[in-house]
Amino acid sequence: MGRQKLEQALQQKQAANQNLFVPYIMAGDGGLDLLEERINFLQESGASAIELGIPFSDPIADGPTIQEAGIRALANGTSLASILEFLKSTKVDRSIPIILMTYVNPIYRYGMEQFAKDCADSGVDGIIIPDVPMEEEGPIATHLKNEKIAFIRLAAMTSPEERLKEIASKSEGFLYAVAVMGTTGARSSHGDNVKSYLENLKKYSTVPVLAGFGVSTVEQAHELSSHCDGVIVGSKIVDLLHQGKNNEVKNLIQGSIQTSIHA
Amino acid sequence: MTTYTMPDNKGRYGEFGGQFVPELLMPALIELEKAYEEAMVDPSFTEELDYYLKQYIGRETPLYYAEQLSKQLGGPKIFLKREDLNHTGAHKINNTIGQALLTIRMGKKKVVAETGAGQHGVATATVCALLGLDCIVFMGAEDMKRQKLNVFRMELLGAEVRSVSQGSSTLKDATNEALRYWASHVNDTHYILGSAVGPHPFPKMVRDLQSVIGKETKLQIIEQTGKLPDAVVACVGGGSNSIGMFHPFIEDEEVKLYGAEAAGLGVETKDHAASLTKGKLGIFHGTLSHLLQDENGQVKEAFSISAGLDYPGIGPEHSHLHVTKRATYKPITDEEALEAFQFLSKTEGIIPALESSHAVALAMKLAKEMTSKETLVICLSGRGDKDVEQVKARLEAE
Repeated sequence: MGRQKLEQALQQKQAANQNLFVPYIMAGDGGLDLLEERINFLQESGASAIELGIPFSDPIADGPTIQEAGIRALANGTSLASILEFLKSTKVDRSIPIILMTYVNPIYRYGMEQFAKDCADSGVDGIIIPDVPMEEEGPIATHLKNEKIAFIRLAAMTSPEERLKEIASKSEGFLYAVAVMGTTGARSSHGDNVKSYLENLKKYSTVPVLAGFGVSTVEQAHELSSHCDGVIVGSKIVDLLHQGKNNEVKNLIQGSIQTSIHA
Repeated sequence: MTTYTMPDNKGRYGEFGGQFVPELLMPALIELEKAYEEAMVDPSFTEELDYYLKQYIGRETPLYYAEQLSKQLGGPKIFLKREDLNHTGAHKINNTIGQALLTIRMGKKKVVAETGAGQHGVATATVCALLGLDCIVFMGAEDMKRQKLNVFRMELLGAEVRSVSQGSSTLKDATNEALRYWASHVNDTHYILGSAVGPHPFPKMVRDLQSVIGKETKLQIIEQTGKLPDAVVACVGGGSNSIGMFHPFIEDEEVKLYGAEAAGLGVETKDHAASLTKGKLGIFHGTLSHLLQDENGQVKEAFSISAGLDYPGIGPEHSHLHVTKRATYKPITDEEALEAFQFLSKTEGIIPALESSHAVALAMKLAKEMTSKETLVICLSGRGDKDVEQVKARLEAE
């Protein structure tokens, strides 16, 4: 369980010559019943791990698609506590690693130590907190370490080299390389400087590097994966699932994980 | 007397404050802190700032002995620090002029800001017009409807006002959107945050720029009365005018500091903005402080008759002054603020902003417990012209 499970699962995918693909879904968007179905579906579709978003009232790193999904999830009465309960009750049926993406305030309110313990209890393998930079990570990092849960750090294109090195050396499970200047949501293309950014992170990091933000097509996934280890796709997946276009999600995942196309 | 040195080098006021932002923004905060610290000890910067404060904004503002008000209340001698007489009609411009000059110093040409009722937006658009900076102001769609005139003012001053229809379409959502915009344009854009909130170094920078209020007050009250005041009162939303007034007095322990929080319909109802009285510790817009939130850590909507106090969080330094009991924060309801609004208008011929009316209302309560040998200063943070239409409609409805 935890960090070890996540890192082993990613290694297995890479050993099978696949690009890594982590879909993001908003927990509670469509209700918690649908969540179980979606986790199973993403697992069967070939996802490397699943990033589960915890809805928050003020998601400053997110664009409109995920903001709206969060509003729907909150309207369904979703909370961090209800998601952890759900994950606990379903953990025996699940083999795919689960990563929670949550803003810091719900954790702070929950209690950081209790949060780490309950995550371990619920079979959560990794945590991403977009509004906790290195300067503020001390207390939560300690609690996650005690529970052997991967604390996945985020790198940004604005970070100078020294920060990127430090972030890369700290990250556990994988390194989340934010590949745009701005918030989550589909972009038609990524800037020219993304290539050197990802390749530098690959040099600094001992864990896989995944590019996220702005990724919505198989072509983009292949292009970015050729400079790192794979991608994270959020808004596009959230949007397709909301529209019930599960087949397109499957095609996106299966197309993206193939390394043969651009080899 | 103890020396007060907050914040520490991590931007903390005791346990409060910090920098809870995405990594994308961290380099900009580090750059801003460095540029700010260098600027404040560079005479060429401080002299330019002083020049604009005097010649453009009209400082110093008077500390006016409100004789009629004092007599009618029958308590202490009451003085009004007339921030309403600043250019654009409120204290907000003390901060925006400083940050705009800093924007130029950092080599940036664009500015983004958030605004609730429009006062900070107008103060930002004004200095951007003066200094030739591009200006985008995010404003909630609801607030734009309620404050059409301020939207026009900002546009007249050359700013682009962008409507925010996410969430409750008010100040908190406008701030979210301004932060998102800043993250996308951080290389050439500075974010002029309007209150002593947000991630470090904003609370410190806004406090320092607003401290001109307290510094002037201290000199003026000694000149007029020969001693420090016994009490100082200011309203608190995010808390920029109040921290600017309080800060120069923090080490003077004989001076009591009072903050008036917006209690809306009452702190026992759900409709208020009293973060210190009713909030719990939380992390919001990059800082750890008292916050109106539910048991799951979701941020609640604030409520107040005064748009400028309508914010669910509060500056981290106020949280620190509150828990250390150096300052005392009391809730003031809409009704009490409205009464004070009318009372000051009639007794002194000064129409206060609804925000400042909360401070006046608290002073009216405190005055009952004080003697004629004591003095009390109210920070009159803004003028009430912007509020007369709203107050008229409200009084006619009653």
